[in-house]
Amino acid sequence: MSAYVIRRLWQMIPTLMGVILLVFFLFNWVGGDPAYLLAGLFSNQEQIDSIRAELGLDQPLTVQLWIFVKQVATFNFGNSWTTGESVASIFASRLPASLTLMAPLLIIETIVALVLAIGMAWVRGSSIDRGTMVVFTALMSVSILVFIILGQYILAYRLGWFPVQGWSEDYWKNISTYAPLPILLGLVVSIAPNTRLFRSFVLDEVDQDYVRTARAKGLSEPRVMFVHVLRNALIPVITFVISNLPGLLLGAFLLERFFGIPGVGREIILAVERSDFPVIKAVTVYVAIATMIFNLIGDVLYRLTDPRVQLR
Amino acid sequence: MNSMHSSIATGTSEGAWSQAWRRFKSDAVGVWSGITVILCLILVLFTLLGSLAANWEKEVAIGHAPPSWTLTDSDRIDASSGSAGSLPNVVLYEPTPTDVVDPIAAQWELAQKAVKPAGDQVNALATHLPMGSDKWGRDVLAKTIKGAETSILVGLAAAFMATILGAALGAVSGWYGGVVDDLSNWLYNVFHSIPGILLILAIAAVLNTKGTMAVVIILGTTGWTGTYRLMRGEYLKHRHRDYVRAADAIGASNNRRMFVHILPNVSHVILVQFSLLTVSCIKAEVILSFLGFGVPVDGVSWGTMLTEAQNDLLVGKWWQLLSATAAMSIFVTGLSLLTDSLRDALDPKVIH
Repeated sequence: MSAYVIRRLWQMIPTLMGVILLVFFLFNWVGGDPAYLLAGLFSNQEQIDSIRAELGLDQPLTVQLWIFVKQVATFNFGNSWTTGESVASIFASRLPASLTLMAPLLIIETIVALVLAIGMAWVRGSSIDRGTMVVFTALMSVSILVFIILGQYILAYRLGWFPVQGWSEDYWKNISTYAPLPILLGLVVSIAPNTRLFRSFVLDEVDQDYVRTARAKGLSEPRVMFVHVLRNALIPVITFVISNLPGLLLGAFLLERFFGIPGVGREIILAVERSDFPVIKAVTVYVAIATMIFNLIGDVLYRLTDPRVQLR
Repeated sequence: MNSMHSSIATGTSEGAWSQAWRRFKSDAVGVWSGITVILCLILVLFTLLGSLAANWEKEVAIGHAPPSWTLTDSDRIDASSGSAGSLPNVVLYEPTPTDVVDPIAAQWELAQKAVKPAGDQVNALATHLPMGSDKWGRDVLAKTIKGAETSILVGLAAAFMATILGAALGAVSGWYGGVVDDLSNWLYNVFHSIPGILLILAIAAVLNTKGTMAVVIILGTTGWTGTYRLMRGEYLKHRHRDYVRAADAIGASNNRRMFVHILPNVSHVILVQFSLLTVSCIKAEVILSFLGFGVPVDGVSWGTMLTEAQNDLLVGKWWQLLSATAAMSIFVTGLSLLTDSLRDALDPKVIH
């Protein structure tokens, strides 16, 4: 096992170098000279030169790449170009809001989708199953924007059940007042794709021999489905949820933007709008690293929960 | 007659595509969704040729005119023959006479004549339209159709680019193996380790140009990974099959074996991937345009319509939201259901 983990970590190095190269290529070559962006419309050559010197842009490309690698290794991406705040402190201060929103959403959506998936697999092939699948396909074709716009308008603006937007310093106030509506809308959006996926995981299990054995023993159908099948279908579900954790942090960027929640996702949108390259570069590299590590954790957990899986 | 004889004599069996077509035809959901998608594409074609919704930018109604089907009969009478609001359908245009001496009067009159000669017919602004009008009095129905053109074309173009990239790289990687395969796998791992939406936003940030072409490039260069993985697997599986070795034995070149012999056998994977990617690209375009990184404000797509619709909704004007949402759901649902049916019809291993 430890040999496997070490080899996987070793294999991450070329991928990580690739990510660094890709980000470097995008922001230093495709993006053009940021000195012109920073200096603004009315600037003279002197100002541009001084900005270039400050950012190390007057150095040869290899030196610039080395600067970038050092930034990644030391977790020091410098300061935001627009607010001057250090990139590290931006993330430290935005992360709690994102987690307040996403952690409950993740737990609720996984449980609800799993229960629905087992229910649908139970009545698989029936008109309820097929009808629900068509409804889910239709739901998935409506843009996430429409759910958020309508939800915010009807539930918050017209009916006044929730605040239209806002965020406070107090965790309990956030979780009880500001977070429920975004969480509810996130749930509505994610329920169809997740249930479809989990249903396929459950369907992979229901025809297995052990299920027939359980039925032959005379166990009740709920016990077969919710104890025997669920335990086995849970394995791919856990892997899926864990390897998607880093992406989830960003996944809520629309919710954060609509509801004025000062989280990581909204920060990225703001950074793209302001061409704030250090922030975007840092997020891209670190989320990629996190994705690789969480994928590894997912695979290891798969191995631990399913002894049949052989990791090579 | 001759050909019929020969086919009986050699006992030609039904081809894979005609089998797939037969399976597809028996699937009612698939056929209806296919018809829906084709109708939408015909609509796009007409828009493209300029015979439909070409004047979507013209002010044809009062601002925020409601959809006609929401009006009750009494509303209609009020609007058409009410006491104060007796709006004739056609009015005669007259330049306003002025008694004040205007230094630029002569030029002004010339300019006026150049724009609209006196006595020309001017359509009065409509008080209601089939799907209402937006803030600037533009017909929402025409806008939706024009927006469909942008959104669907962007989705198709981006999906096409991503599919071609993924399929070509996957084919080369699976066929040649070795260093080519290692390099492509490395590239796949790099792109795969960055969550899709983050990569899209990063490229949007560096491109810093708005426009439909930018959206196509962003979505095309980020969407190829899934197709690559599937195609690589298919080529790995097929390259040692007997029919490929037979082609090798009769001296078929690498390219010929890759593209003439194997490609038709894996083309169903490409077709399904293209269809799946189109759905995801249309959804992504809508979000990108909404955030302001996509279609610019002078264009129209379902995404820009949703942006306007959000503000419309605050003053209670819901028809633009309904129109864009309905159009998008019809097309995307149709395409998703069609993809499911295509996959079932094209994969002979699925039990029917």
